[in-house]
Amino acid sequence: MFKSLAPPEYLATIDTDKCIRCKRCIQNCGWSVYSWGGDRVLIDTAKCVKCLRCYHYCPVEAIQILDNPVRFRQNAYWSYHHIRNIKRQAETGGIPLTGMGSDQPYPVLFDHLLLDACQVTNPSIDPLREPMELRTYLGKKPSRVEIERGDDGKIRTTTEMPPQIKLEAPFMFSPMSFGSISLNAQKVLAMAAKECGIVMNTGEGGLHEDLLPYRDHIIVQVASGRFGVNPDYLNAGVAVEIKIGQGAKPGIGGHLPGEKIPLEVAKARMIPVGTDALSPAPQHDIYSIEDLRQLIYAIKEATNYKPVSVKIATVHNVAAIASGIVRAGADMVYLDGFRGGTGAAPTIIRDHLGIPIEHAVAAVDDRLRQEGIRNEASIIAAGGIRSSADVAKIIALGADAVAIGTAALITMGCTVCGKCYTGNCSWGITTQRPELTVRLDPEVYAERLINLIHAWSHELKEILGALGLNAIESLRGNRERLRGVGLDTQTLDILGVKPAGR
Amino acid sequence: MYTIDAKGMYYRDLNRLVREAISKGEKDLLLKNVNGQYYIGDGIRAKDVRITIEGVPGNDLAAFMDGPTIIVKGNAQDNIGNTMNSGKIVVEGHAGDVLGYGMRGGKLHILGDVGYRVGIHMKGYRRQVPVIIAGGRAGDFLGEYMAGGVLILLGLDANGKPIAGDYIGTGMHGGVIFIRGDVDVRRCGAEVGVMEPDENDRKLLKTYLEEYCKDFGLNLDEVMAKEFKKLVPVSLRPYGNLYAY
Repeated sequence: MFKSLAPPEYLATIDTDKCIRCKRCIQNCGWSVYSWGGDRVLIDTAKCVKCLRCYHYCPVEAIQILDNPVRFRQNAYWSYHHIRNIKRQAETGGIPLTGMGSDQPYPVLFDHLLLDACQVTNPSIDPLREPMELRTYLGKKPSRVEIERGDDGKIRTTTEMPPQIKLEAPFMFSPMSFGSISLNAQKVLAMAAKECGIVMNTGEGGLHEDLLPYRDHIIVQVASGRFGVNPDYLNAGVAVEIKIGQGAKPGIGGHLPGEKIPLEVAKARMIPVGTDALSPAPQHDIYSIEDLRQLIYAIKEATNYKPVSVKIATVHNVAAIASGIVRAGADMVYLDGFRGGTGAAPTIIRDHLGIPIEHAVAAVDDRLRQEGIRNEASIIAAGGIRSSADVAKIIALGADAVAIGTAALITMGCTVCGKCYTGNCSWGITTQRPELTVRLDPEVYAERLINLIHAWSHELKEILGALGLNAIESLRGNRERLRGVGLDTQTLDILGVKPAGR
Repeated sequence: MYTIDAKGMYYRDLNRLVREAISKGEKDLLLKNVNGQYYIGDGIRAKDVRITIEGVPGNDLAAFMDGPTIIVKGNAQDNIGNTMNSGKIVVEGHAGDVLGYGMRGGKLHILGDVGYRVGIHMKGYRRQVPVIIAGGRAGDFLGEYMAGGVLILLGLDANGKPIAGDYIGTGMHGGVIFIRGDVDVRRCGAEVGVMEPDENDRKLLKTYLEEYCKDFGLNLDEVMAKEFKKLVPVSLRPYGNLYAY
């Protein structure tokens, strides 16, 4: 066989002195890197993706996964990945796929924004002793509230409140379908959502019956492939989301490879086993804001007016698009930024299309305020939220809540290796192979995800305390509490943020 | 029969009245003077319910519907049977674009012509097989991205004009399309193979068309007299070779 001219990215190595020949690495690797050679483990390092499953399960620390030191001659313009992709494409004629969000070194605005804190003249708050409110309600808010005094002397509102989704903290889990991730991974999300009083999202792959006990913490998604959508499904959760786009692949559709469509997934999606599940980019019934409105209200009519979210990728004209979405009747606008994750996307699309979430949230919040319709819909920000600091910053820029995907998967063992599209995930997350999915015990890993949400919630409370605020509501759109470092005037202007020192 | 006069009525009020009547146990509804109201029958779950519509219902007729039978005494518009789960729709006239989008079950019988993208994303799993039959001609992209179900196009009274538009079955990866008469392969998507129906196919066609002809008082023998072509996907993975792993 002709050896590929694209050298392996990683070198899987085993210290044969330390190795006790227990073969755990052979069992654990979903990519078949290891095999048994009679007296020692053989290594096919070209298959290695550095997910570190083998490393974690080697009882004697005999395994090391190194970045392959053999690189093409260094060139500041023709990078290693440019050359390697060309060689792979020359060999296959195909489009290189990837998983997770873009790993390219574009500027990260989160890392150029700093939050304020109180000193001397205004008191900070100790969140350990004083109440701190993270509860968040998503949905349309009335433009004015009317009140009356009842016979008992108590004041009550007479304005009818549109339906709201109640979150105990401003988090939700981003849409990841049964198919793209395993049912066990979905169960982890559902269990953690229930325990934390937040919501998970089915993505476009139907709702497995095992998730029904968690229905009060589930948003169901409708996308162009309409997989698994029936009246039961639409009414199963607390809201319905229409997916128009995804941050990792703006303007292109979903494409779940046939390797990830076994019987159970085929049944949920009502498509043949082993076929590629195609959700093309355009929803062919939506060519305009008016058409979007038609689908929003078709769903509302079918669900007795549950809240409807519309998810889009953040692109250049995102503010005008979001305005149209709000005017079309959406209760929530889900903005998925350039860094947003994916189970499978062409690398070239992921790394070169869209705009970052920080710019998008600032622009959308501004636009909706200018038009006087900011109360008509909540803004959900997603696409590369890595820590509670990112959460605080994006809320200060104008988001109501964030959705996290990658961070949630990392609690399940994910190392962001980016090979989700192969269906071989050794951690049992982005695979449908039963011998791999069984590794992900939902109860064990739900505990870890709950820990993360609790930890981030505590951190958020600490940040709010330092800011002298006692409710996340007071930070929302409060850009006065942000400062930019190392940002040019125009970027600061777009973000509505002053430079540090001002 | 429970009659609602829809003249000048807002769609939300009309659909609320329809839902209320059904929840009270009405089995046979007549909607008179319907003129473009959206979402009639949207999301309604009820068996043995029959809704007769006089006039032209608006877009998204029977979207997400599960069970009822809707009879339209005239033409209908776009998006009929959007993601419909079960039930039946009979249109005694022409219908518009994007019919049966993501349809999961039930039947859609249309006497006349249909527009673009009919049967797009139709699904199917074992015995749950959605069926769309149109008596006239169809626009472009018939059966686009089809993943299951049966789509039958008869082209009655086509008078020598092409029965279907361009790009038939583009992206098709499941299900089957039957077209009465000849199919120009140049009009088909690259993912589609055109073949002659076998004995089983003809039996299947007869079963479906028997019901269709009964709905519209057509002569089954005359409809079956002309040869059909059968279109199926050539690959379960039409885009399997597009990517480098």
